[in-house]
Amino acid sequence: MDLNWNLLLQLLLNGVIVGMLYGVVAMCFVLIYKSTQVVNFAQGEFVVLGAWVCWSMIAWMELHFIPAFLFALVFMTLYGVIVQVVVLRPLVGEPIISVIMATIGLSIFMQALMNWVFGNNAESFPDIFGGWKIEIGGLQVEAGYLLSFVLSIVVMLAFFWFFKYSRWGLAMRATAFNQQVAASLGISTRQVFAMAWAISALVSAIAGIVLGLVNGVSTGLAFIGIKVFPAVIVGGLDSIVGAILGGVIIGVLENGAEFVDGQILKVGNMYKVAPFYVLILILMIKPYGLFGTKDIERV
Amino acid sequence: MDGMSQIAPEGAAKTDDILTLNNIEVVFNDVILVLRGMSMSVGRGKITALLGANGAGKSTTLKAIAGLLETEDGAITRGEVLYNGADVTYVPADKKVRNGVFLVMEGRGVIQDMTVVDNLRLGAFSRPGANTTKEIEEIYEFFPRLRERTGLAGYLSGGEQQMLAIGRAMMARPKLILMDEPSMGLSPLLVKEVFGIIKRLNKELGISILLVEQNANMALQAADYGYIMENGKIVLDGPAEELANNEDVKEFYLGGGERRSFKSVKSFKRRKRWL
Repeated sequence: MDLNWNLLLQLLLNGVIVGMLYGVVAMCFVLIYKSTQVVNFAQGEFVVLGAWVCWSMIAWMELHFIPAFLFALVFMTLYGVIVQVVVLRPLVGEPIISVIMATIGLSIFMQALMNWVFGNNAESFPDIFGGWKIEIGGLQVEAGYLLSFVLSIVVMLAFFWFFKYSRWGLAMRATAFNQQVAASLGISTRQVFAMAWAISALVSAIAGIVLGLVNGVSTGLAFIGIKVFPAVIVGGLDSIVGAILGGVIIGVLENGAEFVDGQILKVGNMYKVAPFYVLILILMIKPYGLFGTKDIERV
Repeated sequence: MDGMSQIAPEGAAKTDDILTLNNIEVVFNDVILVLRGMSMSVGRGKITALLGANGAGKSTTLKAIAGLLETEDGAITRGEVLYNGADVTYVPADKKVRNGVFLVMEGRGVIQDMTVVDNLRLGAFSRPGANTTKEIEEIYEFFPRLRERTGLAGYLSGGEQQMLAIGRAMMARPKLILMDEPSMGLSPLLVKEVFGIIKRLNKELGISILLVEQNANMALQAADYGYIMENGKIVLDGPAEELANNEDVKEFYLGGGERRSFKSVKSFKRRKRWL
């Protein structure tokens, strides 16, 4: 059999880059779960909304990319806070199933809202890179992918710094450890919860805009919320490092499956389901994920 | 204030109390009455001990003072908490910490998956802009042992965790420390060391301390004034020495007295406790 090995390498490289973006979104998911014990099923919608807001600023308000990008970040940060205060704060202390239903409802609500405001069609961002590419060892990397890679790294470093050194980052970790202990140290858990949602929405927006630059933006992009789920579960629901690794694993698997499928099996669309098979396999062997702690509350 | 002083316990200095509880009632889950008319006060610059059996409501009292009942679905339904003469009954926990009331929780509440330094830095959370690096050095002077512990707090021994918890409290520069069973799970030697530290906090830094303890003996030795609690209210109070010599206290809490035979055990059970 004559396989295209160069294609495999190219796909794997794409897998790593896309996987890191999954990892970033997965981190947002874990951040909310860890600090507020909420499973956010609307994470994908946060990603898309960020992309739509940035797109609309460029297309409707005729802003340049950078101001539109910054506006989208500010908007999404505020949006995260509002969602927390309006939707989730009243549910503090309620059964986990009620909270999950609320986030599923939020997801449906946001989808409908975005369909209404932005329409059903996919729109593309103006080409801000001018088709610019670089070559690494014979492999082509589009500028959009490169930006995605760089931003993923930046976000990860920022997360690392924030949780290791900043005052509020430590406060969030304390809250994740034990809310009563955190409160006894003078940390307002309400503020921490709002902040977790704000950061999560902000970073999701970054991921969404990057995805939009590469693939265009459509409300269907929210599928990333579903894709991120295996990444989160593989890494363990409460591990940030696990989320990144899970994201990369899912990204590589997806592209690996595409290669196997396209070159050998020719089933078609296998890349869409492959991550979920692996998810099931991993959960059979390690029910708490690769990095999850064993005493997590199971949902 | 004057009206209140009538119900303030006898013997406590009325004007110089940093903290006063008047007839506090605490209910959990809207139905379970845990504190039923709890009144006590903590003298400024003094160590006050609060003793009682398991389930008497000692920890609940501390959490009510610190404003931490909300996380357990509890609430103060009656009475008032006065701090420096001001009503703080419903002030949220974070504001109380900023005002100088700090609870060192039972089981120490050290954040296990953080380093010692990060735990200490969090102690100063209520004081943004504090020079934590310098202040942590001062904490190390108090607890030289912590300086060498660079790993995660979860790997510290019980005694070291208790010291870390106290050090973390010091980082908040409190005026009143509420201490929930600092001797819990510690060896006798460590208990002595911890109580020595509590006395130093009181003498050298002038911090008022409300000490909840099962180890009544040690607590009454360290304290200036003591309260004994049963079923959600105070049943006896007095200067610590007086309490330590009280026959009933000796029998129930200090393990003294002559009752050794099985017969006398029964009489011990029949005997009516302070109610």
